Amino acid sequence: MKLVHPPRADHEVAVPAAERDPSPSRKLLWEAGILVLLVLALIFVAPTVLSGFRLNLLGRFLALSIVALGIDLIWGYTGMLSLGHGVFFALGGYALGMHLKLQLPEGQIPEFFSLYGVTELPWFWYPFYSFPFTAVAVVLIPALVAAALGYLVVRNRIRGVYFSILTQATTIIFFNFFNGQQRLINGTNGLTNFQTLFGLDVNSSEMRFAVYVTTVVAVVLAYLLCRWLTSGLFGRILVAIRDDEPRVRFSGYDPTGFKVLVFAVSAALAGIAGALFTLQTGIISPNAMAVPFSIEMVIWVAVGGRASLVGAVLGALLVNFAKSLLSENFPEIWLFFQGGLFLLVVLVLPDGLVGWVRTQGRQLWVTVQLWRRRLANTSPA
Amino acid sequence: MTLLLDSLFNGISIGTVLLIAALGLAIVFGLMGVINMAHGELMMLGAYTTFVVQNAFRPLGDPWRDLYIFPALVAAFAVTALVGLALERGVIRFLYGRPLETLLATWGVSLILQQFVRSVNWVLALRLGAFAVLFFGGWWLLSRRADWPRLKGWVLTLLLLLSTAIAAVGGRVLAQTYALAVTQPWFGAQNKDVTAPRWLGGGIPVGNLFLPNTRLFIIALTILCILGLYFFLQRTRWGLRIRAVTQNRAMSACVGIPTQKVDALTFAIGSGLAGVAGVAVSLLGSVGPNTGQNYIVDTFMVVVVGGVGKLLGSIVAALGIGIANFVIGSGTLALIFPNVPILTDTLNFFATTSMAKVMVFALIVAFLQVRPRGLFPEKGRTVDA
Repeated sequence: MKLVHPPRADHEVAVPAAERDPSPSRKLLWEAGILVLLVLALIFVAPTVLSGFRLNLLGRFLALSIVALGIDLIWGYTGMLSLGHGVFFALGGYALGMHLKLQLPEGQIPEFFSLYGVTELPWFWYPFYSFPFTAVAVVLIPALVAAALGYLVVRNRIRGVYFSILTQATTIIFFNFFNGQQRLINGTNGLTNFQTLFGLDVNSSEMRFAVYVTTVVAVVLAYLLCRWLTSGLFGRILVAIRDDEPRVRFSGYDPTGFKVLVFAVSAALAGIAGALFTLQTGIISPNAMAVPFSIEMVIWVAVGGRASLVGAVLGALLVNFAKSLLSENFPEIWLFFQGGLFLLVVLVLPDGLVGWVRTQGRQLWVTVQLWRRRLANTSPA
Repeated sequence: MTLLLDSLFNGISIGTVLLIAALGLAIVFGLMGVINMAHGELMMLGAYTTFVVQNAFRPLGDPWRDLYIFPALVAAFAVTALVGLALERGVIRFLYGRPLETLLATWGVSLILQQFVRSVNWVLALRLGAFAVLFFGGWWLLSRRADWPRLKGWVLTLLLLLSTAIAAVGGRVLAQTYALAVTQPWFGAQNKDVTAPRWLGGGIPVGNLFLPNTRLFIIALTILCILGLYFFLQRTRWGLRIRAVTQNRAMSACVGIPTQKVDALTFAIGSGLAGVAGVAVSLLGSVGPNTGQNYIVDTFMVVVVGGVGKLLGSIVAALGIGIANFVIGSGTLALIFPNVPILTDTLNFFATTSMAKVMVFALIVAFLQVRPRGLFPEKGRTVDA
């Protein structure tokens, strides 16, 4: 990594004390403070400023930013590019969706089954009557699927591009499965038309706000989890795996366990995001498992900045708002824009927005300081 | 026996489509370690080229119009090879050593190409042409000045803005003057039908089997492509260079092989093969902007199973996956074990085209447990990178 300006620059430019690297604990305090402020702003200010529609969008995008955090964890820090996170997202969504479809009086089954002449609930639906089970399933099912797949793939030291295209193939597989099984899970149409949760109407404004607040809290928790995982020894091993896996192995660590674990955590985050997203959009369909959506997730992280958790959240929000604005106004341009975004980010901004701010912003700051000094010296006192 | 032959033929014909689509991908992946996500879209471009050539031949009358397929093959190869060359020179060469980023960049290209065939019309084409002429022309003119390095940044920004503005305004004016004649999309979002030549219409009955001519044509085309590629790689100077760079890039560069040219050439050939695959695909069904998407994942699996650096690997992998897909998808396996109810039920559950893919993927993952580096891995201790 290129050092942008040598440490000695401090003396030359006379950076104010606050701009020097503060001590770690002070930095942490700052971070916590900003986080709390942001959360307060999201919960108390955003609802008063934004219209109901925009607030709902913000809630959805916040849910998507949880996936982005998960992808950042495995791609930005561990160097595993998963093109299959749509699967885990959708598994979480389906788990909650099934629970929502089962909010029925005793003896009834969800209405779509009658279309296919199914009179008895398929066996795997039964546990989803219980909310605690569903809550656990939202996290655990994606994590277990990811752990199984991850173990089988990573164990053989299949990585890099191979890993990416195997995860991409997984999306096709799950898509085919969910798309084809009308009699089990309503095929193409997915699960929709949700009515109640905990006996409350899911479309009431109170419920919507509650879901929004839950999403904000979930984003914060996910952020803290990722922050905790990526700091300390564990985080450094992840980065080491990204940068030189054979060397990690020679140093006596087995990367397999770490990779499988972090892949599973990332999938669990995607599952939670999927559940929250489903609750806010009111539908989960196999389209969430289609190939394009999973790659879109990766671009959020790339835009925000890999190996930066703030970047992941920021990228998810920015790209999705851009998407909703563009596809509302110029639907035919969106794909051009998205394609261009992929090219631009990869070619021009390999470290994303946060990376750009880190390097260019700092450089700009130094230049500005230099000019100010020069001006101060030349101007008559 | 008939059952076996039937499965074999159908499997092979699925496999050859996969193979012809995967060939280009495999040589590029072998050489550069790059997976080209836009490969499917290059196939789609090849298929659209076939459509255009077919329409161009239609007015020529009877003996000629059914021969369009041969010029279409050449045209598809040329068009996609050129697009591939532009892609390599314009994007991919900046990303060597960053395979995952290449994956994303080529995905971006694939999105752009998909939308391009949907919305291309005279205005868009002329805008693009005007932009290219202005931007690259200006660049070329100004780059001969002595103080070019100093000016470069500013000139490029200025040129980019100016030529974008001129192209945009010009297109707007054109669209308002000629209205529908120039704003009508060439292809639109609808699927287009390529009618196979009539001499490919029938088939050859062999015993109880009926072998459709289109399938036989695709098989022959694939064999031809493999032979051509084999000859090129094994018997020509550039083929030798490609093989050298595939084996050891650094060493090849040291002995004076122009690796950049090798990369560009290989990418162009790989893309051209995608175009030929597009012609084959256009014979099987209608062609749409999403045609390419249907093939990418399967062809990637061929590359994964086949391993890097050997044509034979891709061939065996493609045929294997094709046969497995057919045998599972058609429910043939269930007929073999009629006496084991559980097995029959399970097999019948997977006996559709889409569910067969689920099973085949499971088999591929199982296969990778035994041979993680593919069917025919490189011998010796290659660098684990």
